[in-house]
Amino acid sequence: MRKPVRILMWLALAVLGALAVATIALHRGEQINAMWLVVAAFCSYALGYRFYGKFVAAKVLALDPQRATPAERLDNGRDFVPTNKWVVFGHHFAAIAGPGPLVGPVLAAQFGYLPGTMWILAGAVFGGCVQDFVILLFSVRRDGKSMTEMAREEIGRVGGFVAYVAVISIIVILLGVAALIVVNALKSSPWGAFTIAMTIPIALLMGVYLRRLRPGKVLETSALGFILVMLAIWGGQWISQTPPVARIFTLTAPTLAILIIIYGFAASALPVWLLLAPRDYLSTFVKLGTIALLAFGIVVLRPALHMPPLTRFIDGSGPVFAGKIFPFAFITIACGAISGFHALISSGTTPKLIRREPETRMVGYGAMMAESLVAIMATIAACVLQPGTYFAINSPAGVVGAAPETAAATISSWGFPISAAQMQSLAEAVGEQTLYNRTGGAPAFAVGMAHIFSSSLGGQAVMALWYHFAIMFEALFILTILDAGTRVGRFMVQDALGHIWKPLGRTSWYPSILTTSALIVGAWGYFLWQGVKDPLGGINSLWPLFGISNQLLATVALCVATTIIIKLGKARYAAVTLVPLAWLVSVTFTASWHKMFDPDPRIGFLAHAQQLATAAPLSHEVSRLIFNDRLDAAVTGVLIVMVALILVESGREWARVLSGRKQASVKEAPFVASRFAMEEPL
Amino acid sequence: MRHIRGIIGTVMAALREIFDEAAYGRFLARQDLPSSRSAYAAFLREHVVAKAQRPRCC
Repeated sequence: MRKPVRILMWLALAVLGALAVATIALHRGEQINAMWLVVAAFCSYALGYRFYGKFVAAKVLALDPQRATPAERLDNGRDFVPTNKWVVFGHHFAAIAGPGPLVGPVLAAQFGYLPGTMWILAGAVFGGCVQDFVILLFSVRRDGKSMTEMAREEIGRVGGFVAYVAVISIIVILLGVAALIVVNALKSSPWGAFTIAMTIPIALLMGVYLRRLRPGKVLETSALGFILVMLAIWGGQWISQTPPVARIFTLTAPTLAILIIIYGFAASALPVWLLLAPRDYLSTFVKLGTIALLAFGIVVLRPALHMPPLTRFIDGSGPVFAGKIFPFAFITIACGAISGFHALISSGTTPKLIRREPETRMVGYGAMMAESLVAIMATIAACVLQPGTYFAINSPAGVVGAAPETAAATISSWGFPISAAQMQSLAEAVGEQTLYNRTGGAPAFAVGMAHIFSSSLGGQAVMALWYHFAIMFEALFILTILDAGTRVGRFMVQDALGHIWKPLGRTSWYPSILTTSALIVGAWGYFLWQGVKDPLGGINSLWPLFGISNQLLATVALCVATTIIIKLGKARYAAVTLVPLAWLVSVTFTASWHKMFDPDPRIGFLAHAQQLATAAPLSHEVSRLIFNDRLDAAVTGVLIVMVALILVESGREWARVLSGRKQASVKEAPFVASRFAMEEPL
Repeated sequence: MRHIRGIIGTVMAALREIFDEAAYGRFLARQDLPSSRSAYAAFLREHVVAKAQRPRCC
């Protein structure tokens, strides 16, 4: 294409993007179409990738097509395999796409669609994509080393220690909050509980089929598993309409929590091939299909957004979670804009598959753009709902009241009219007994998705099927994170305990497996139980904790990246990671301070504990709630000390290098010429 | 038509990588084995167990 045409094309795209952002930002008092969000996202990503991503690639990282990657130099057909860039892109995206970008934006929609959308776009283009990209490239240049190893080598032992603590914290808190989301989605829902229960025997069946009947035919097995899950969803409707059977699957939140804790322990201790691996395949199959389906649905059906751009809850009085738009919108969105967890994937399998250095931009920067688009779709799914419906589903009974009439009246008094009859009718349409107090984001996302699809594909008659498909998708997805995360946490604890007593480090020694599994399950199980028993629904306390731990991990990643950039002699470009780092630090510190010391009992853990201690007689239940508040405050405190530690340690390293007191040296693998160097430029 | 076939081929290759079919193929080639129950069991011991130790994203 000729240069003037290219310039005109990019100018047109910039104008279209600006128009879309202006429409999103400036419309007041009337609905806008969801397509404006999609157009704004598409234009932002295209411009970000073409100009900012290219600038980072050329000036900051100086990607070198002549330099052989570890996939080429160490090619062993096992871990190191030079792979087509599109295949690596798909693989990387499938690995980074988790429930976070679906849940966070749904919760943040309580502020309206505007804050979430703006942060998802800006945060991804200037923060998340850059983080994933630079960490991927730096790992590629270090033979695929993990972020923890890079932190230890480049920042020092404190860096490695903080990275380890951050990973363990995020795993434990993530699993606790993820399990809580499943509990809130499945409580009193025989249809949902039956469908999810059936995924366990289906996964076991897949494991046996794959190992005994059709070895290696994973796609075929996953497709069969998917058909069986569809049958389970269809069968769930019959279950929910047959009272004697429905009673068996109508479970309370505490019962579900206990079942999930038992499941987590069993899945961590069972052979991988039997349950974990087939479940992982099934979950990935459903995940990729559903994300594609949702994207298709939004683009083709172009639903209108009923949520206003900004709600009154930007003042911090929100029912879904308490706290002002700054910093809580940013903490809540988490993975849709920037996720520290991605740095683990970018320094895990992916760098060992990259064929040429220039491909890291497409894989690292590009896959995060796709993840951010998933977050935009989640925002749309939440905002197509009538605000009254959204708040009725997401508000805990402790805020709006337990009785339907009370809850409807409270929500209507906020200016979002809803009646108990409307909510009952919606619950019946989706095959549930009630949709009140379904905190956690998953049910609201499912209702939104069902709303989008049922408006044209099958109509109201199949709304219940769409709803339960979405619930199954989210619960399956989350339970897979739960069993895999428990096992990963177990390995990390075994690795650490092995330094104290060698047998505890043996991953195949059963006493060690059982002890460490119990430790990890006990840790996240405690948070889950705390959330289930919390009168404010649990999400109010736990999701911000998850957000803070996730952003802590991103802080570690950006500190590592900044340190390497400075050591490369490119301090003048350090702003590309320093600016998002400074933003994350301000968000994380402010959110942590509020969660610990805010005088509002709905926000501050210690204020809530104080309120309980003074307002009620100290029963066993109240004492436990007070202990939980203090524990959450302590966990937040530990996380923030970790942020401070990594910052101080990184700052000292930067000062030493910049002042010339320390010779800058990076631990890159030596240059070897690539045989792929002459391939066409990207 | 060739373009569409190319896109489908890339998508299938990505799916085979995501679902470990490509890794199993490489394992068979590396070990010079035909696909069988025992070969797949050996692959699972080597690959899937190692995969289970990697963090999953949130």
